[in-house]
Amino acid sequence: MSRQGHRPGGGFGGHHRHPGGRGFGIPAEKAKDFRGTMKRLIRYLKPYRFRLLAVLVTAVLGTVFAIVSPKLLGNATTILFEGMMKKLKGAPNAAVDFDAILQILLMLGGLYVMSAAFSYIQQLIMAKVAQKTVYHLRKDLNEKLSRLPLQFYDSHTHGEILSRVINDVDNISNTLQQSLTQLITAVVTLAGVVVMMLTISPLMTGIVILTLPLSFLVTTVIASRSQRYFMGQQKALGELNGHVEEMYTGHQIVKAFGREERSISNFNKINRKLYDSGWKAQFISGVIMPLMTLINNIGYVLICVVGGVLVTHRAIQIGDIQAFIQYARQFSQPITQTANIANIIQSTIASAERVFEILDEEEEVPETAQPRIISSPKGDVQFRDVKFSYKKDVPLIENMNIDIKKGQTIAIVGPTGAGKTTLINLLMRFYEIDDGKITVDGIDLRDLQRGNLRSLFGIVLQDTWLFHGTIRENIAYGRQDATEEEIIQAAKAAHADHFIRTLPEGYDTILNEEASNISQGQKQLLTIARAILADPVILILDEATSSVDTRTEVHIQTAMHELMKGRTSFVIAHRLSTVRSADRILVMNEGRVIEQGTHEELLAEWGFYADLYNSQFSGDIPHDKKNIG
Amino acid sequence: MIRLFRFLKPFRMAILLVFFLTFFQVLSDLFLPTLMADIVDQGIVKGDIPYILRIGGLMLLVTAGGTLCSVIAGFLSSKVASGFGKDLRSRVFTHVESFSLREFDEIGTASLITRTTNDIAQIQQVLMMMLRMAVMAPMMCVGGVMMALTRDVRLSWVIVALIPVLASAIFTIARKGVPLFKAMQTKLDKLNRVTRENLTGIRVIRSFNRGEHEKKRFDFANRDLTETGIRVNRLMAAMMPTLMLILNFSTIAIVWFGGIRIDQGNMQVGDLMAFIQYAMQIMYSLIMLSVIFVMIPRASVSANRVREVLDLVPKITDAPQVRKADDNLGMVEFLDVTFSYPGAEKPALSHISFRAGPGEVTAIIGGTGSGKSTLIHLIPRFHDVDSGSIRVDGVDVREMSQEALRDKIGLVPQKAVLFTGTVAENIRYGKETATDEEVRHAAEIAQAAPFITEMKDGYQSLISQGGTNVSGGQKQRLSIARALVRRPKIYIFDDSFSALDFKTDANLRRALKQETADSTVLIVAQRVSTVMDADRIIVLDKGKIAGIGNHGELMKTCDVYREIVSSQLSEEEIA
Repeated sequence: MSRQGHRPGGGFGGHHRHPGGRGFGIPAEKAKDFRGTMKRLIRYLKPYRFRLLAVLVTAVLGTVFAIVSPKLLGNATTILFEGMMKKLKGAPNAAVDFDAILQILLMLGGLYVMSAAFSYIQQLIMAKVAQKTVYHLRKDLNEKLSRLPLQFYDSHTHGEILSRVINDVDNISNTLQQSLTQLITAVVTLAGVVVMMLTISPLMTGIVILTLPLSFLVTTVIASRSQRYFMGQQKALGELNGHVEEMYTGHQIVKAFGREERSISNFNKINRKLYDSGWKAQFISGVIMPLMTLINNIGYVLICVVGGVLVTHRAIQIGDIQAFIQYARQFSQPITQTANIANIIQSTIASAERVFEILDEEEEVPETAQPRIISSPKGDVQFRDVKFSYKKDVPLIENMNIDIKKGQTIAIVGPTGAGKTTLINLLMRFYEIDDGKITVDGIDLRDLQRGNLRSLFGIVLQDTWLFHGTIRENIAYGRQDATEEEIIQAAKAAHADHFIRTLPEGYDTILNEEASNISQGQKQLLTIARAILADPVILILDEATSSVDTRTEVHIQTAMHELMKGRTSFVIAHRLSTVRSADRILVMNEGRVIEQGTHEELLAEWGFYADLYNSQFSGDIPHDKKNIG
Repeated sequence: MIRLFRFLKPFRMAILLVFFLTFFQVLSDLFLPTLMADIVDQGIVKGDIPYILRIGGLMLLVTAGGTLCSVIAGFLSSKVASGFGKDLRSRVFTHVESFSLREFDEIGTASLITRTTNDIAQIQQVLMMMLRMAVMAPMMCVGGVMMALTRDVRLSWVIVALIPVLASAIFTIARKGVPLFKAMQTKLDKLNRVTRENLTGIRVIRSFNRGEHEKKRFDFANRDLTETGIRVNRLMAAMMPTLMLILNFSTIAIVWFGGIRIDQGNMQVGDLMAFIQYAMQIMYSLIMLSVIFVMIPRASVSANRVREVLDLVPKITDAPQVRKADDNLGMVEFLDVTFSYPGAEKPALSHISFRAGPGEVTAIIGGTGSGKSTLIHLIPRFHDVDSGSIRVDGVDVREMSQEALRDKIGLVPQKAVLFTGTVAENIRYGKETATDEEVRHAAEIAQAAPFITEMKDGYQSLISQGGTNVSGGQKQRLSIARALVRRPKIYIFDDSFSALDFKTDANLRRALKQETADSTVLIVAQRVSTVMDADRIIVLDKGKIAGIGNHGELMKTCDVYREIVSSQLSEEEIA
């Protein structure tokens, strides 16, 4: 949460981290295991150790050159001053030694160029190191994600995972790019400046260092003050975002029930709260900058005065004061910077820790040493004493036995939330069963090569998943090597060809991110086309309820029937006609399979299914009763 | 962005003050080196220690004054920026609340949310930085030159020359950098999208064995982003060294030319030292400015997006002279209604005419895109018709006030939307003044009472944002209860039973029958079983009425209806 305030330019790649104290006092997140995570992050940098060494060398050199130059410049001033003083005193042949000054200035010019070149080179190398490191980190993350079991995805929200892959990695990237070199230069500058100042005047150095505790005091006092407001701001912001999101997504309802006024007055209340804590947080953290400047200036004044007195006593040279002033300015900057960087590094390590947490997640159970492949599958499926549960202590499925011959249709029915997707999870081996076995054509799923296993299945789910791309690409997703002809055939079989052709761009129509440019029903047709193209032996179908409706449904039904021919099909059924014609019905409730059999068998049992079936028609078609009895 | 800044008007006094204060702050910053020069030229040269101390005291006063100005300016800026953000947010939100669904479709809900929240935050942030830094930079330039002129006119040329060189260096880098930053943002968005798709589609990806393909897709986006990132950072790597180099060389120039002037007796050493510090101050203020320059393009994108919202005029507004219906019966009439969505070639509905009166159930059935939802959205005037008219209790909906019209209607939408708050609050959303008894009754009819009482705090149980802690079926039932508690004259159920299991569905409809006996009921439905006993079934096909009548009549006369029925029911059931 603190990242928002820290990195206003985050989207840009965060190149504009503020030079000043903005964002000061925002509580930084802390890593649980700082050292371990740090070490691990450093391991990512290992391939670049030579380059990083070069960065270190150039950073040190560049900084050292930059540190030497004020002293040289001061010498030039001193020569000028002395020449002038001699003139004032009317010394004979008094003149400013321009040769010496020229020499110094030429040298300075050289130093400046070198210093600039080195800091440029250093940033240049770092750009590549940082971006490449982050590239590998992202790649590792993505590959890791592809090996994680479905359980991981079901137990983490998308936002959570996304924020780790994108935001946290971005955070690391920015730190590598900027804070790392900043830290190096800050430390070198600090050390160098202190040394230079000491050589000029230990007394004045003492004065400058005396202002340090003052700076720390100011920063910590203000930071702790502003935290309260930052937290208030964050809370109000969350509330405001929540309200806006709700009111906008529920706009139709707000309108329909005439609640606009209320919604606005609520918004204004939260908005007011945000303002109250927002400006205070902004102001208090903004006070740090001027106060630091004040402390610096006090140091500056003291230097001028003490230095002035010292010069009149001939204790130091005039040029040294000038140099000293420049050093003193350079002295406070790295200190503020380091304080800032310390915060940033802390939040970076916290980010890295979250990233590594994903990298450490348990992966899918590996394939057996010699995974088997079914090359010409038939589609017989058997469940033998299958036991399964999502949570260890809450048994869900126990001793499930099902025997399905190839080409049969199995309808899965039950109230909403009865856990019908569990079966899919087991069939596709998205989840591992606890006991027993599931076989396809007599071969245990666990002995099969994962890719092979999954190629046996085709799924059409209700929450249609399509990606940003053309309709053609989306259908072709079903099979990599599909020809244009096959894609169109599949679309035709799914009754999607017609609507696709009515779109302005036809098969080249690009589906936007939410695929909101085609209707829900059309999306469903596309997913069917995709499954048809994949041509699996076993189908898992989620029968549409509200998404695809009646007339399209007719098309879909025929398409599905066509698709189901000769294939073993598991249908999560909502339609009675599907249920009645199924070879077997699995009745699920509260996650368990409570009954199974054919329609007639189940009705004869007078159990849950019969109840379910009867209730649908009670009151509506009384004359139909005879069919049930 | 400029156009949004007209909303700064109420803050003009504060802004003016910020300008003044910043000016004094800048002056104090520049006055310190000047005083130091005096210490050198007067105090040190003459060995006048009391003078040095006196000037030192003065310097402390100056810096204290400068700090005070800076703190007050910071205080005012925070208030202005936050106040501006607050006002703008409130203005945008209020405006959006007046939008019809059409405007929502035009911009998109997600985009509207970002515009109201993030985009405004972005503008607010830039405003803050402008008030603090952008104001300072030009003043520092002008002030620096002024100060230099008072010290030595001839040497001031170095400083006068420095400013355009620094400015153009920053400008050149910014001009190259901004498109790169933009590209970077697009590529980051793309990587974001691919990742999101990978997450939402994980089951599909795995079942189609397309892991490798997705890996490549991700890698492509990742590589693309990395390359742009390297380019951006390389460019930025040049910025600071370049600026420092310019500054340092101008320092050399100051010392060299200053030395000559001093040698000629036209200037003093203290002035030279002051000049060097002026140059430094100017450079730092310009560097600060460069930070803003990079932020401004992004903020102006945000500003444009916000402005778009404010400029969008809602198409549906109350007539200047609203008419009130004489009766409150709930009579709904469609008279030759044709409606098309903006930009659509064909009308979504054409020549729709029917009448639905109190005590009647009118069902609407038809295929995807046949216009069912569109039809019922016209009744609460979510859209306006192209031609024809819709009358409620004899008055054209466009002539009534939206409030009076919607008061008559209880809508249960296709997608049940609940709000954060308690169960009771959610039901009461339909009627703020409903008593506990009324709330309970509505919940009972909607078949929601059993699960509500099972919840930990009953009617006081909290519904989380988006209703994620209740199931789809429960959401639907609460959304039905919300409409029921209104006791409206017109009920509109937009496919509202889809998430219910067979049994609840049947119980609910039985209970509803009594509750809605005196009202006009319109039901959009998928299941034939839901509509079979309606008084009137309207069969829609491609936006036209394919048939109107009861089940028996339609079975005889309407092919489309028969097709639908036969897809859902077996032979015996049809009979």
